[in-house]
Amino acid sequence: MNAPVRRLSFLVAGLFAALLVSTTLIQYVFAADLNGRPDNRRTLLATYARERGEILVGQTPIARSVPTDDEFKFQRQYEDADLFAHVTGFYSFYGAVGGLEQSENELLSGSSDKLFYRQISDLFTGRRPQGATVETTLDAAVQKAASDGIGDARGAAVAIDPKTGAILALVSHPSFDPNALAGHDLGKVDANYQALLKKEGSPLVDRAIAGDLYPPGSVFKVVTAAAALSSGQYTADSELPGGASLDLPLTDTDLPNHDNQPCSPTGRITLKQALVVSCNPAFGEAGMQIGADALREQAAKFGFGDAPTIPMRVTPSTVPAELNEPQLAQSSIGQYDVRVTPMQMAMVAAGVANKGVVMQPYLVQSVIGSDLSVIESADPTELSEAVTPEVAATLTDMMVGVVDQGSGVRAQIPGVKVAGKTGTAEHGTGRRAHAWFISFAPADDPKIAVAVVVEDGGTANSETGGGAVAAPIAKAMMEARLSR
Amino acid sequence: MSTVSSVAPRSGRTTELVLVLGAVGIVGLAYVNLGLATTGTVPPGLAALGLGYLGVSLAFHVVLRWRARYADPLLLPIVTLLNGLGLVMIHRVDIARGRDIADGVALRQLMWSALAVAIAAGVLVALRDHRILRRYTYVAGVVGFSLLLLPLLPVIGTSEFGSRIWIRLGPFSFQPGEIAKISLAVFFAGYLVQTRDALSVAGRKILGLTLPRARDLGPILIAWLASLSVLVFERDLGSSLLFFGLFVAMLYVATERVSWIAIGLGLFGAGAYVAYLAFAHVQVRVLLWLHTFSPEALQTSDQLAKGLMGMAAGGMVGTGLGRGRPDLTYLAESDFIIPSFGEELGLVGLFAILVLYALLVERGLRTSLGTRDGFGKLLAAGLSFSLALQCFVVVGGVTRVIPLTGLTAPFLSSGGSSLLANWTLLAILLRISDHARRPLPDDSATSAVGEARTEVVRLS
Repeated sequence: MNAPVRRLSFLVAGLFAALLVSTTLIQYVFAADLNGRPDNRRTLLATYARERGEILVGQTPIARSVPTDDEFKFQRQYEDADLFAHVTGFYSFYGAVGGLEQSENELLSGSSDKLFYRQISDLFTGRRPQGATVETTLDAAVQKAASDGIGDARGAAVAIDPKTGAILALVSHPSFDPNALAGHDLGKVDANYQALLKKEGSPLVDRAIAGDLYPPGSVFKVVTAAAALSSGQYTADSELPGGASLDLPLTDTDLPNHDNQPCSPTGRITLKQALVVSCNPAFGEAGMQIGADALREQAAKFGFGDAPTIPMRVTPSTVPAELNEPQLAQSSIGQYDVRVTPMQMAMVAAGVANKGVVMQPYLVQSVIGSDLSVIESADPTELSEAVTPEVAATLTDMMVGVVDQGSGVRAQIPGVKVAGKTGTAEHGTGRRAHAWFISFAPADDPKIAVAVVVEDGGTANSETGGGAVAAPIAKAMMEARLSR
Repeated sequence: MSTVSSVAPRSGRTTELVLVLGAVGIVGLAYVNLGLATTGTVPPGLAALGLGYLGVSLAFHVVLRWRARYADPLLLPIVTLLNGLGLVMIHRVDIARGRDIADGVALRQLMWSALAVAIAAGVLVALRDHRILRRYTYVAGVVGFSLLLLPLLPVIGTSEFGSRIWIRLGPFSFQPGEIAKISLAVFFAGYLVQTRDALSVAGRKILGLTLPRARDLGPILIAWLASLSVLVFERDLGSSLLFFGLFVAMLYVATERVSWIAIGLGLFGAGAYVAYLAFAHVQVRVLLWLHTFSPEALQTSDQLAKGLMGMAAGGMVGTGLGRGRPDLTYLAESDFIIPSFGEELGLVGLFAILVLYALLVERGLRTSLGTRDGFGKLLAAGLSFSLALQCFVVVGGVTRVIPLTGLTAPFLSSGGSSLLANWTLLAILLRISDHARRPLPDDSATSAVGEARTEVVRLS
């Protein structure tokens, strides 16, 4: 019976060999994958145990880690939580979610390769690893003005420094309290999260950069006007049809003016005046004249179609690829399937303000290591030249007209020349339109460019929405910046 | 491979003593290490617990010197080390879960260990010759099958974690399957020694395989049905596999016929497949095994996934004793004690434990080779193989080699029944090895020569 016992011992050897292989696979070959799993609580606990860096607005931390006595070692705390919720995102059992917490996670947690030398020295000195501090470009006053202005309504506001691309305000309403999601009680955090998911108005969605895209309505006329002026076929004084409606080819439908009244008593209107009174027939005609390609190209120069990272990813805004003539006419006034983010419209305003040059928007001014060394510093970069300085000057002049004497008078700031454009975007019959306003100020030396949208803030078939609801918010934001 | 010789062999008891001291020393160091890592101090009860454990091990060593002085000197040190490491890890999980020593699992395990050692010593003292067991072949069979099916009885049988493998009598709960393993090994050994001629010779050759006669298929069919009933009614895939694997292996050793293995594996495969098709709980186990990280699987149970993440967190060298988070895994001190070791001692530590197990099994198989009587040979092979198979099922289960089942890691996992059974198993192995390595009395010199001659024409 010895022969089969020997063979049995080979089988036993095989069984143990299989176990040596399987344990090696788990603990060596696939260990990194397993450790990197988002639901790996051990990894999470390990990251909780290191002090995460702060997120600053000016010198004030809006997110910081405070020591605790429990197994997690640190608790994430958010100051002015509602105001900055979408900027910070939150750091939870699910990991870093949304905002800078997610997009700058590696730096905040201290695991970034950029902190390599620091990590090496930590290893030898036994120092507890610490994350880097992220300093934002936000202006707390502008942020607050935007947030107060939108109030309980749903909507978003973005402000940019047109000369650099630095983001001064990034607001989305309704907001939420990230502290409720950053606790150490998993059950409570989960309940809060589920409640926010179900809550009306989807507070977790960042409408400013990543929500469902909005139809821009008449604020898009700035893009159409830019395309028209850039084409060389138009000047500010070119005359366009200004009746109560524009007859569209191929269809029985017309392109009516927003109040069904003629834009001018004569039935003809200059391009500048058309922008001032937001004349639909004139821009429908201009759009059809310059063609879909020119319009799309102009939009692309302002950043449409791009998905910039600020460092959060911004949803690309779109002009449809295929447009027949009536669709083109509707697109030219920001209807049909043109879809934008508030960030994109702020970039349009900033591009016009900055003599036609669109700057890459950014939210992080600098990243500072725990030893106060600067790890990263923002370097303003040009995204594109959307229009020539001449066209930009003309557009500015036209937009100043909108605020001085047109639909945007409620954005007037005493002693400051303000350029702007109203929009009231229809999104389905029987629903109130979205109220839009984009602007910049001072018009001759711009310090701030703004886009504001208030959902369902306007009345259908009226240009009053953007002017009445959104313009005052933009005004408050610009004032907050200019009074610095 | 015969150990017969005219010179008295070295008993190896001194080697054993040194190794036991070393094993207890390692366990003591691990205990101190754990104390330093978790509380920063040397554990207060170190002297008492350490000396207690040393005393228990030495007592067993003395019993061996007295009653089995030629027993294999490696078996006791290996088991002392495994049992001690298990105690330290169970204590470590107690600490992580915030349990004191008084109400922790470790103290209970320590008491079970002492009791198990006492019983094992008792077996060594009472059982002067393992061949006596052969007289109780059928008693062992009846006891074994009864124990195996005992949890199915109403009132005393209880279900825990989905498996009905426990019996409960008042405050005591017990896993009779652990003892059944030994009983059945005794039964198989006795039965097969008696019937091996009929089983190995008769039969027709078909396609190169000598198929047994229909009436000889009876025992394998009975074993198959019994193991299937354990799988189906007790929902215990591990015991079913262990028990059937043990039987087929012993059948093969007894008959040297590959056809038995083919038939055995075929039957087991067919039974497992039918069980998979027919029973939801088997399907769940397979889902958890093949798609551990799929959302459906995680919804049912993430214990395997958590164990794997624990092992991954340990990596090559582990977090160090007391510095990991084994408490994040369910059953970290019993079914999932292997991932706990993997996390804190790393791949290196786990390899060491696997090598200890492999060495234990190897010494057992060597005992089988050296034993002169067929019954002892079969019994030693069966017991050793059952240890190997149990290791494979447990470690393979938590490392996704096979579906996860509820078996315990021998000597490591917390659990009284398992400790008692495995220490008893060890006692029997020691008894057989004593017999195998004992020099023959002078008057049997002629038979020793005859034995040696057959070894000259070894078939393997």
